[in-house]
Amino acid sequence: MSQVFILVDHTHGKVAHPVGELATFARRIGDVSALVLGGDLAVLTTQLSDLGISEIISISGINFDKYSAGASAQAIAQLVTDRSPAALLITSTARGKEIAARVAVRTNSGIITDAIDIDAALVATQSIFGGSTTVHSKVGHGTPIITLRSNSVEIESSATTPTLTEVKVVESDFDASRLGDKVVSVTEAISGGRPELTEASIIVSGGRGTNGDFAPVEALADVLGAAVGASRAATDAGWYPHSHQVGQTGKTVSPSLYVACGISGAIQHRAGMQTSKVIVAINKDPDAPIFDLADLGIVGDLFAVLPQATAEIQLKKA
Amino acid sequence: MKIAVCVKQVPDSWAEKKMSGGLLDRAGVDAVLNDLDEYAVEEALRLVEKHSPTGEAGEGSGHTVTIISMGPDRATEAIRKALSMGADDAILISDPALAGSDALATSLVLSKIIVREKFDLVLCGTESTDARMSVVPAMLAERLNLAQLTFAGSLEVDVATSKISVARTTDAGIENMEATLPAVVSVIEKINEPRYPSFKGIMASKKKSIATPSLSDLGVNPQSVGIGSAWSTVNDAKERAARAAGIKVVDEGNGGKVFADFLAEKRMI
Repeated sequence: MSQVFILVDHTHGKVAHPVGELATFARRIGDVSALVLGGDLAVLTTQLSDLGISEIISISGINFDKYSAGASAQAIAQLVTDRSPAALLITSTARGKEIAARVAVRTNSGIITDAIDIDAALVATQSIFGGSTTVHSKVGHGTPIITLRSNSVEIESSATTPTLTEVKVVESDFDASRLGDKVVSVTEAISGGRPELTEASIIVSGGRGTNGDFAPVEALADVLGAAVGASRAATDAGWYPHSHQVGQTGKTVSPSLYVACGISGAIQHRAGMQTSKVIVAINKDPDAPIFDLADLGIVGDLFAVLPQATAEIQLKKA
Repeated sequence: MKIAVCVKQVPDSWAEKKMSGGLLDRAGVDAVLNDLDEYAVEEALRLVEKHSPTGEAGEGSGHTVTIISMGPDRATEAIRKALSMGADDAILISDPALAGSDALATSLVLSKIIVREKFDLVLCGTESTDARMSVVPAMLAERLNLAQLTFAGSLEVDVATSKISVARTTDAGIENMEATLPAVVSVIEKINEPRYPSFKGIMASKKKSIATPSLSDLGVNPQSVGIGSAWSTVNDAKERAARAAGIKVVDEGNGGKVFADFLAEKRMI
């Protein structure tokens, strides 16, 4: 059976949730080899044990977080060249796409980004133009490099078949300082314990209608275990950090439930969220375009509707 | 400093986009300068103004801003907009052989211009609003073997030492990165507020030069670009049925309860 590489995204010793999705997709194609760059291998290996991964290849010797995507790309491209896998699957994060782009250049391979599905014949499905068009495409040159959006597939865990037979450690001899770029310091965003926006299965977003007060949005998010998003109007006004922006110039999300609070639904915002499975919109303006795509639209004041909904959900959960 | 700003002409992001023969149908829609590239143009101009003895960009500043682009002949319209903002000149690679090129071909052609012109700093937007791949800046860094500083929310250059530092906005937070020029930088839309071209700027832009070197001038084999050599191919593209609106209720004091009941019914809580 052919071998498929997946890139394991991890921070602070925790494997990112979409890695399970990559493994689920990869098992359709062949035996899964997980590439782990840096990090505590023992800690990460435990978390990968029930994903049906056959082999873990760990690359050590460089602190990959200290450099641009170039360092990771060099290490991965070397492995792709040495082992010629059937495909390389990476999660569609900003960094994931940069790594994919650089590996594609280094290995003379075709690349498809932001796929939402991939089949055994390596045909990728993309949802483009803000979800209005579905495209099927295939890489026809080199090693197909596909980045996949999170929340695209139900993770199938598999503790037994196949079993993890090998954990290999490759020491990189690459001198990352030759890249010419380096990270000098990082100020970590405060997540408040909420899930990451692109990984969350529920997102509650606030817009201009919040008037800068995100408290009811956050309260609803917390009772739902949701991530908090924001429209461009809200981040432009400085009410919420840019990293939470959903839309054309922010993140593209596709959660099971998207709650738009005080967001009118300009095309730029819709482009980032309209493939969500269920959409609920709360807006004072009965003519707001967001209602055109909402499964449930509530014409009303979010400062009345959200606290009541939060209390009701709490009651139902109790 | 010789600064290049990579720009793309794209269908207006307000326009409805459709596919035709495996490619984006560009003929039927208004074409504009990619919004996100305007921030890169603006940042280049601000950088020059900051380091110019006269406080202005253009002649006498000691620095240049060149717009570079690949696209059809009509891409000159988008380029004129960047020139009217204050960039000095432009280079457009336009060749029928390029039609249908993928990001790999685009980055190849742009990298050849950058090498030939020996730019110190290459500025890009984070993505084009049509393809939305967000891969060209990283591909340029890889092809040119240059430092990659992407998603910059602020940017400083020390001209004397050629040191560049940026604060990047990432999923994890704010990451401060440093490099020595030359470098490839992409900027997010929080970095500045792009200026509107002034009347004077618009008039001046008409006299600015747009060079149009051929693929052979750049040493690019026409066989290696365009749809025929794209390394990924579209099998089919189907428009999805428009999302239908569901239930709409007016809150009469029980809107929150309606919402909670809806979620319970959908088994989402």
